[in-house]
Amino acid sequence: MDVLLPLATGLAFVGSWEFACRQFDVPSYLIPAPSAIWADATKNAGMIAGHTLATLWTVMLGFVASIVVSLPLAVAIVSTPIMANTIYPLLVLTQSIPKVALAPVLVVLLGTNEMPRVVITFLVAFFPLVLAIATGLNAVPAELIELGRVCRASRWKELVRIRLPYAIPFIFSGLKAAITLSVVGAVVAEFVNADRGLGYLIVTSTAFFQVPTAWGALIVLSLIGIVLFQMVVVVERVFFPWALSSSS
Amino acid sequence: MIAFDGVWKVFEARSGDLTTAVADVSLEIERNQFVCLVGPSGCGKSTLLRLAAGLLLPEQGIVKISGERVREPRPDTGIVFQSPTLLPWATVIENVLFPAKMMGIATARTRERAHELLKLVGLDGFEWRYPRELSGGMQQRAGICRSLIHNPSVLLMDEPFGALDALTREELTLELLRIWSTEPKTILFVTHSIPEAVMLADRVVVMSARPGRISEVLQVDLPRPRSFDMESSDEFQRCTQRVRQLIFGDRRLQAA
Repeated sequence: MDVLLPLATGLAFVGSWEFACRQFDVPSYLIPAPSAIWADATKNAGMIAGHTLATLWTVMLGFVASIVVSLPLAVAIVSTPIMANTIYPLLVLTQSIPKVALAPVLVVLLGTNEMPRVVITFLVAFFPLVLAIATGLNAVPAELIELGRVCRASRWKELVRIRLPYAIPFIFSGLKAAITLSVVGAVVAEFVNADRGLGYLIVTSTAFFQVPTAWGALIVLSLIGIVLFQMVVVVERVFFPWALSSSS
Repeated sequence: MIAFDGVWKVFEARSGDLTTAVADVSLEIERNQFVCLVGPSGCGKSTLLRLAAGLLLPEQGIVKISGERVREPRPDTGIVFQSPTLLPWATVIENVLFPAKMMGIATARTRERAHELLKLVGLDGFEWRYPRELSGGMQQRAGICRSLIHNPSVLLMDEPFGALDALTREELTLELLRIWSTEPKTILFVTHSIPEAVMLADRVVVMSARPGRISEVLQVDLPRPRSFDMESSDEFQRCTQRVRQLIFGDRRLQAA
């Protein structure tokens, strides 16, 4: 039943869309019917696949960069109040700069290659992840920390054996936000600087009024977002089953 | 074994206000004695326990265990908190082994000991369960095992039965006494239940609040092993009534 209902709703939606396009003779350069999108996509399957892989590459690089940077940053933030007061304002600053505005500047700085795209993706995705990890590390109940002190644990052991495991549910909620934002960031980057990718495809195909292609790319992007999100959910369920039931 | 000598502990609030949690407390607890700290909220009993644990340092005075000054948590001390505070991501046996692993003293013998301790408290069969699968009483039993894994000579307990229902409290009271008779150690037990204190202790230390100091130390002359039918004995009544008097003063306590 869990699967049937959304599936039925989805099919009903697609069905009424198709019907409306035919009934009201909507021009395909405005709103293409699902059948037109499908026809276009199958015709250009190879090309779309190539662009999809390019975008996926940027998304994954940016996502991994967010994780690699966020973890030590969050640990630094919770280590002392001085560190927190130093780092937080800088973080907020990075978030207040519109990434779309920053992108061309980065291209000048880093060249017209993958780098600025990864940096943009990273900048869009990492902030909620840092916050989530820092919140999780700080959310440990005082008595667990006291337990660590009674066991004469070093700060490192306290971090790895008590704080990090406790923070897992928080980290995963940050990861879910970060992966969704990585897709957004990659597309934003591609709008500004790319010769491949689904964002690039959307920009160029709309410029040439190949609207069904643009819609196709849009749908593929949504699917990527959903699939990647679900992958994070599955990883959490498989490796940290206790986190899902104990998090309140 | 545990000695408090003219100990003062003062806390400073964010606003700058100073609270004297413990004022000039001197107390000596002999080896393998069971001592209960009783008193109203704010009398400093938990603070005194944490001073003994090395989690807090006194502003004035000296806290000694085995003749050595307590500057930090000691490996010969075990502590049990009011809430079991088990690690949710670890199984019961891994939780029991946690202090040993943290201190780096875990061996094959330690693992055997963990099994023995769990069996002692009636949790054999639950070693591989996760804390969320256990009731509050069972979690606290596991917490007690955890505090004993490294064979401490001093056991500090901060209202360990406070979060449990009355029936489980009675059960665990007797169980604790049984464990103590099997493995003698010095126990400092904080509670705000007067009958519980008298049932468990050799000596009951009654504290008063604002500032926290010792009102009186009572000797409990009940034979061991203790049981709940001693509650009707004269000595039990004498002790509980004296403690009540000390805590509530000479106000006549009668239901209206």
